[in-house]
Order: sequence, then structure tokens, then C-alpha cells
Amino acid sequence: MTSASSGDASRIQPPRTPFWRADWARGSLWQALLLAAFVWLMWSAIDNASVNMRARGVPTDFGFWNRPAGFDINQTLVPFTSSGSTYGRAFVVGLLNTLLVAFFGVIIATLLGFLIGVARLSRNWIIARLATIYVEVIRNTPLLLQLLFWYNAVLKPLPNPRQSVSLPGSVYLNNRGLFVPEPIFGAGSDWTLWALGLAIIASYVVKLYAARLRIVSTKRIPVGMIALGLVIGLPALSFLIAGAPLTWSAPELRGFNFQGGVRIYPEFVALLLGLSLYTAAFIAEIVRAGVLSVSHGQSEAASALGLPRGRSLRLVVIPQAMRVIIPPLTNQYLNLTKNSSLAVFIGYPDLVQVFAGTVLNQTGAAVQVISITMAVYLVISLVTSAGMNLYNRRMALAER
Amino acid sequence: MKVRASSLGFALAAATTLGFMDLAAAQSGDKTSRTLEQVRARGFLSCGTNTGLAGFALPDDKGSWSGLDVDLCRAVSSAIFNDPNKIKFVPLTAKDRFTALQSGEIDVLSRNGTWTQSREADLGLLWAGVNYYDGQGFMVRKKLNVSSAMELSGASVCVQQGTTTELNLADYFRSKNMKYEVVAFATANEAIKAYDSGRCDSYTTDQSGLYSERVKLMNADEHLVLPEVISKEPLGPAVRQGDDQWFNLVKWSHFVMVNAEELGVTKANADERLKSTNPEIRRLLGVEGDFGKALGLTADWGFRIVKHVGNYGESFNRNLGEGSPLKIKRGQNALWNKGGLQYAPPVR
Repeated sequence: MTSASSGDASRIQPPRTPFWRADWARGSLWQALLLAAFVWLMWSAIDNASVNMRARGVPTDFGFWNRPAGFDINQTLVPFTSSGSTYGRAFVVGLLNTLLVAFFGVIIATLLGFLIGVARLSRNWIIARLATIYVEVIRNTPLLLQLLFWYNAVLKPLPNPRQSVSLPGSVYLNNRGLFVPEPIFGAGSDWTLWALGLAIIASYVVKLYAARLRIVSTKRIPVGMIALGLVIGLPALSFLIAGAPLTWSAPELRGFNFQGGVRIYPEFVALLLGLSLYTAAFIAEIVRAGVLSVSHGQSEAASALGLPRGRSLRLVVIPQAMRVIIPPLTNQYLNLTKNSSLAVFIGYPDLVQVFAGTVLNQTGAAVQVISITMAVYLVISLVTSAGMNLYNRRMALAER
Repeated sequence: MKVRASSLGFALAAATTLGFMDLAAAQSGDKTSRTLEQVRARGFLSCGTNTGLAGFALPDDKGSWSGLDVDLCRAVSSAIFNDPNKIKFVPLTAKDRFTALQSGEIDVLSRNGTWTQSREADLGLLWAGVNYYDGQGFMVRKKLNVSSAMELSGASVCVQQGTTTELNLADYFRSKNMKYEVVAFATANEAIKAYDSGRCDSYTTDQSGLYSERVKLMNADEHLVLPEVISKEPLGPAVRQGDDQWFNLVKWSHFVMVNAEELGVTKANADERLKSTNPEIRRLLGVEGDFGKALGLTADWGFRIVKHVGNYGESFNRNLGEGSPLKIKRGQNALWNKGGLQYAPPVR
């Protein structure tokens, strides 16, 4: 704007402004000075830290990364042993555990949040009040307290392994976790996977075809049902043709605890429950705000067209509400991911517990470990934001 | 343009502030070689302790700390200020303790920390002695019918993270070729609570810790400490490297207490013993010679420690032994001439 106006001025007054008074020159000068100040600040902070660390005999390098860890972790998604695994491997284990709980947490919190947000607007007095109570109770108590509550609420009533609750299908529940049979895939089971992939592609084709059909004719085909049939039917068929190459390794009680099978740890369940229930309360409020932001005329118009309330909500109101919902929803996803670091209080081996806890303490490399941990959370947050921004762009009003 | 200028002004202000802080940090960095001067100027000792371990460091209902580790800090404070209470206690979890010492937040870490090679060589710390010889053990419920740690294969074990305990546990089960599940918590309190609620079959820490944590359990009588000691845990106070005078001061504060016990000087009879003719006692209490000067202290620093805190035996008895609810036997922590390991070089 300013450069345009100064351009106009130069056309009227022939003597040009000297370059040191030009806006672009001054602008660049200030930018350069700011950059220099920033670089100097960063450099002096790093230099100051490393000088002080060296003076105190604290390690300043990353040499610990490849040294054997010497401690154990209970829940690991990749193999980890105290003798053979390095601190670097411990970092990977912690990171994966963080991502695991954040991934499932985001899904559950979103589903629950939408449900409760819509329920708060329900015409049914009881449902609306219950949703309000949920939101107010959960939102107004500290998350850490809730996590400790869930951990104890999950643990306390459960029996010890020898008195496990036995559920149908070799599923056992005790205060060491939930034990379910582990599927062991035999030869030919990869066909099932291929069939699933094929079914997904086929469903997509059907969807495209249905969209075309709606333009050229008034015919409508039930895409959802067809896709569901494909996704379930095709893999099931190929699974049967291959001779059902699947066996189950059931957990069995040996010594102190169940061995074999897949185990879901109580720490994981407590953390997942705590995080999703807490975040769901905030998402519910965001959804409610989003729905209320859609002009009342829209739902009136929908009901004038004869759409029942459920469909008008799903087809008219929610899509428009999404534009208001998505940006603050992203914040909640980021919050959930970062809050997962409270895992340290209930013994869930996440990144902060394993890496910024045990590894930091054993190696003494506090500055390095904390920098890496911060960088990881930054990257996770940036990737989440980027994904949500993409989605937001797709949902935004297409302005022409 | 206006916006740009004001945001720049803000950035410069922030930069100046931060730069100034940097300078201050650098200055305090230089001064760490004179911890004693810092402590004197500040007017109190900053002592890192356990967040709460009966017998070692535990605040009472009035916020007054007591315990064997606390007494060591009180000894240092007495030597410097002639007052056992000029201390700021900084309760630290196991995983935060070394960072707090490295960063200069505390002057001495007296927090039942195990003296190991890597903690001195890699972490830049020094152990100023051993005020409690310990070893790691296991606690289990009596109804499990386990009588030895060798029977723990497949067990879930609750442990505090960031401790040698966590490493010894891994080593023990690996060397015995036994499986186990570790459940690690940030603080001992959470670990013991999880054990109590049945999440784990066993809780492991140093044996002294097992005895003092057992008191916190719902039904202390239902739990049993297994006989095996699976490690050596020399516990003692640690200081930063690079300040030999301070290192000596802390080390000799402990030795004065041990020597006082050996020479029979107690809190009660310290005044009277000033008149003693025994040259060793005279040197210890500062009647003869000036052994405090090189440490930056007064000649009567030894007398001050015994007068305010008492000797090692008194401290042990009061906090861990017969005079306490824990009733732990002296064992390895008896004086060297009584079959134990507590030995102090002479003051001379």
C-alpha cells in the first residue's frame, strides 16, 4: 500500500527520493537488524549454555544416543530389551507410545465431543441437561486429578490375575490389564489384505459413479451400503477361499500373570480415558458454538424442504458449522497430544516418561534431551496443524 | 511502517532483557567455584532432599524437616552459620535431582542418592561420602507365598524411575534369566500406591526405603521384605565438581559426625568435652589447632556440628534406629570398630 502511494508521488514530483529514505530500504534495514539481533540472541544463549555446561562437567554432545539403555519398559510397540537396546531405541519406544495414545485419544475425543455437543442442543430436556453437567464437571476440574482418578478407578475394582474376570472368547480382565487372544496369520492371509485394498478402491469407484449418475439422471444408488458390503464381503470371501489361515494364541495364566495374547495395559486405558473424556468436553463446546453459528434460517429452510431434523443437522447444519469448528478443534488435538505427557504420573511409558525422565536422569544430558523432546512435540503439533489446515481449506466456502 | 517499528522495539527490548539475563547466568556460572561464599551471601544453604522418605527426609506437620539426610544438611549449616536451621530444603524427585544440582539450584544433594561411577564421571558430580550403606531389596504381599526373589519370575514390579534401582532390577532379572514387567513411576509415592492397589506383585527400592515405605501401606503387616539384597547402594551427599573447598566442607561435616561418635562426643556432652584432655577430641572440637580455616570456617566448626546436630550414631538412632518407628539395625552402618563400615579419617 505504501509503496503504491509513493510510486504515485514520484510520478508527480520528478526528483526521486534517495534510496536511504525509500520505504523498501528502511524496511530491509530494520528486518536485517532484527534478524541480526535474533541470531545474536540465539547464539549467545547456546554459547552461554555450552560454556556453563562444560565448566560444570556436564556432557554437551549426543554420544549417549547409541549407548545401551540398561533399563526396561513394559509397553513397547517395537522390541526393546534392557541389554541390547540403546537410549535412541528408548526414544523411539517413548515416541511411538505417545503417538499411539494421541491417535486413539483424538478419535475418541472427536466422536464423543460431537455427540455431546449435539446432545447439549437436544430438544430433550434430560439429554441436554446431562450433556451440560458432563461438560461443566469435566471442564472445571484439573486433568491431572482426572487421570489419577481414572487410573485408580480402573485399577481398584479389578481382581488380581488369579481371580481374573473371564470373558467369552478367552478374554481375561484383571488389574494387570486386558488380555485378548492374539491373531496369528498363516500362509495365504495376505490375500485377505489384498482383497481389502481392492474393496476400498472399488468402493471409491462406486462413489464416483454414483456422483456421475446423480448429475446425468435422477437415479440414486445406496453408496454406503454397497461400500460396506464390499469392504466386509470381499476380504471375508478371500479369507474363506484361502482356507481360513488364522489361528489365535490365547493368553493363559502362568505364574504371576497371563502370558501370550495381546495385552492392553491399565496405564494406557486410564490415560486414554482421561485424555479423551477431558478433551471431549472442550470439543463439545466447540461443536455447540459451531452449530449455533449457522443461521437459523438454514435449518428452517431444511425443514421447509421436508428434511427430518436428523438429516437437516447432518446435511445442512454440520457442514456449515465445520468452518467454525475446525480451527479451534485443531487446538484441542494439539492440547490432547501435549497433555499426554502427564502420563508420567500414572506410569505410562510415553516420550516424557521414558526419554525426558529415565534417559535424562541416567545420561545427565538435560539440555540435549529436553531440546529433542521439545522439537518432537513441535513437529507433532506442526504436522497436526498442517493436516487440519488442509482439511479446513477443503471445507471452507469456495469463493469465486 | 509504524507497526513494524513498534514490534521491532519490543523485540529489541526482549533481546536486551534476555541478553542481560544471559550475562547474569554467566556470572553466576563463574562464581560456582565459590559455593561457600554464595551460601554466606545468601544467608542460607540450599539443600536438595527427598520429597518424603521416613528416616531420611520427611517434613512434619509444622514443615520442619528431619531425617538422616536432613541432619547432614543441618551439620553443614551449623558449621557455616552456627545454626542448624539456615537451610532451604528443596524436595526433589529421583529423576530431577541431578539436574537441580548440575544447574546450581541447590548447593548439596543429600537425597539418599547412590554413589556410582557414571554419576561422577558423566554427570559432573562428586560424592562426599557415604552416610548410609544400603542394598536393593523386594517387598511382596505375604499371601503370594513367595519367600525368595528367585521366585519372582513373571512378576510385575513397581519402581521409581530415574534410579539405580530401575537399572539393578533389569540386571537382576536378566542375569537370572527371569521374565518380569516393570511399571515405572515418577515418584516413589505413586509407585508405592500402585503396588498397594495391586497393580504390581512386588515393589523394589533400597531396603531402608522398603522399611520406611511399608509404613505408608494400608495394611503394613500383610507385606514382607524378601531376604535378597541384589545390589550395593552406597548412599550419600553429592556436590558439583569444580569446587574442592566446598566438596571438602561437606565431606568433613559427615566425617566430624562419625568421628564424634567414635570419640564418644554427643550433643549432650559436647560442652563438657571441650575441657577434655584427649588431643583427638580437642582437635575435633577446635580447642586445639585451627582445622576450620582451610575449609573457610571457624576453628570450632566441629563443635558446632556436634552441638547442634549430634554425632552420627545419635542421628542414626533418632531417625532410623531404636529411637524411631523404623527400628532399623545399624548393620553395615555401625562404626568400623564395631563391625560396620562407617569409618572416618582423623582430624589432624
